[in-house]
Amino acid sequence: MLSIYLAYLKTSIAVMFQYRASMLIWMIWRVIEPIIYLVVWTAVAKSRGGEVGGYTPGTFAAYYIVLMIVQQYTFTWIMHEYEWRVRSGTLSAVLLKPIHPIHSDIADNIGYKVLMTVIIFPAALFIGLLFAPVFTFHADLFILFLLAVVLSYVMRFFIEWALALVAFWTTRNEAFNQVYFLLGLFLTGRIAPLGLLPDWLREVGDALPFQWMLAFPVELLLGRLTNGEIAHGLTMQVLWLVFSFGLHRIVWWRGVRKYSAVGA
Amino acid sequence: MTMPAIQVSQLSKTYVVPEREAGLSAAFKSLIHRKTREVKAVDQISFTVDEGEIVGFLGPNGAGKTTSLKMLSGLLYPTSGEAHVLGHIPSKRHRDFLSDITLVMGQRNQLVWDIPVIDSLERNRAVYRVPRSDYQSTIDELTELLDLGELLQKPVRNLSLGERMKCEIAAALLHRPSVLFLDEPTIGLDVTMQRRIREFISAYNREHGAAVLLTSHYMADVEALCDRVIVIHHGRVLFDGPLTDLVARFSPHKTIQIELDTESADLSEYGDVVEQEGARYKISVDKAVTPEVTGRLLADLPVIDLTVEDPPIENVIEQVFSSENAES
Repeated sequence: MLSIYLAYLKTSIAVMFQYRASMLIWMIWRVIEPIIYLVVWTAVAKSRGGEVGGYTPGTFAAYYIVLMIVQQYTFTWIMHEYEWRVRSGTLSAVLLKPIHPIHSDIADNIGYKVLMTVIIFPAALFIGLLFAPVFTFHADLFILFLLAVVLSYVMRFFIEWALALVAFWTTRNEAFNQVYFLLGLFLTGRIAPLGLLPDWLREVGDALPFQWMLAFPVELLLGRLTNGEIAHGLTMQVLWLVFSFGLHRIVWWRGVRKYSAVGA
Repeated sequence: MTMPAIQVSQLSKTYVVPEREAGLSAAFKSLIHRKTREVKAVDQISFTVDEGEIVGFLGPNGAGKTTSLKMLSGLLYPTSGEAHVLGHIPSKRHRDFLSDITLVMGQRNQLVWDIPVIDSLERNRAVYRVPRSDYQSTIDELTELLDLGELLQKPVRNLSLGERMKCEIAAALLHRPSVLFLDEPTIGLDVTMQRRIREFISAYNREHGAAVLLTSHYMADVEALCDRVIVIHHGRVLFDGPLTDLVARFSPHKTIQIELDTESADLSEYGDVVEQEGARYKISVDKAVTPEVTGRLLADLPVIDLTVEDPPIENVIEQVFSSENAES
């Protein structure tokens, strides 16, 4: 299995080098997006006498820098790919291979992240110089943070992989994807830290996995959570991980049956 | 002898397709009540293919050939009936099964578009768990048989159609499958390339004793490769047997070609004169009377040269399909 992953990684990195320009453009967007929110929230905090919802311009900066890094390491683009795979018939080739297709997707995802590591940290440093984040480092929190990021990544991967398979039932899942991303924009803590959201929206968020993907690891590292909240968050991550793992198994099995029934 | 490589019995596939009339009102109606229609793509076909056999799978477009190949390679669930390939049920897509077959269909299956061919091959090597030592010898063999040479270092998108097909086939055979499903392996290629691929399939079959089931619209492929053909039409098997039997059964005529010393002979009493070119004549005669007509021609006329031929295989196939149409 390891040698298969190595071969996958080699090809996916080779393919990415072929698309240097578009990779760079996506990357720029990933850096600019948090800067936009950061600029807005810094202005809001200043106009409110230097603080909003417990965040100062300095802690906002720390929040968005960490968020950018966590987002970078946990995001997937698989939901945009499956419709094309099903429609173009490339899925047939994948189904003929004696290996589950999720492995090449995982390898692609890891390959991209390895490659982008060389960009994301200088970018974080650059934003740090511009916005002067206020940040205290706690070694014990950092270890828990790493655990939370890994759990977030795996959980997010299975959820989004399972949702990508909606493409088996509809050939127009871009609309469905938009709903997912819009919810995510608010409920992962991207557009604003969750503490700033109205109560009703946070209640909606509690029933969904989004906050455990980004907001939780970020707030954990920044020392904004109590021990009880950390334990609760890690538990929720594990529960969502178990759920999404089961979900991807069921959806894949039924999806392939469907695909094979109507014509590949 | 062990069981056959491919065993198919009463295999059927019915598609349910939405049916909708043109126009906006019909589009609205279909929102509420979807009309569907069943299409029998494959209708209770049965056959077996032994190890080492090359069988041609013939039929017009839409006859059910590709659907059958997809069922046999595990991409489609059959609606009813059974298929066994190398002892496996294809639709279960067991890893051992997938590791021992290949399906070549179109030109976009095996290779990663943006990287050199050799990198795609290396990727397949890992996926199929081919040991390094076997890998190198297989690459050498494929390179020689298919004349891949410097193609291996080129990115796939820079290859011509024929070059891509050769590389596609190489990638599909890297794991040395025992059963090959080839759907139009020579389509769109020039005559030289077609011959090359044909020779390759034949050599692979000889050397590895693989069972090959192939479809092709080029009769030259079929004549060169297949001792046996299965003709399907409207999802049903019309004929299964040696190519020569197909001709014997479905072509009631033979063509007699004669050369006389005169250009003005009237041969209509012997049979249908289908062609005359100077002193060369072609007459189509009923198969049963061919010996007798030949005898009379030789006795009655100053014959310089005479040959008796079967009609071209294309015409025979056409005949098979049209006779089926007449029946149904």
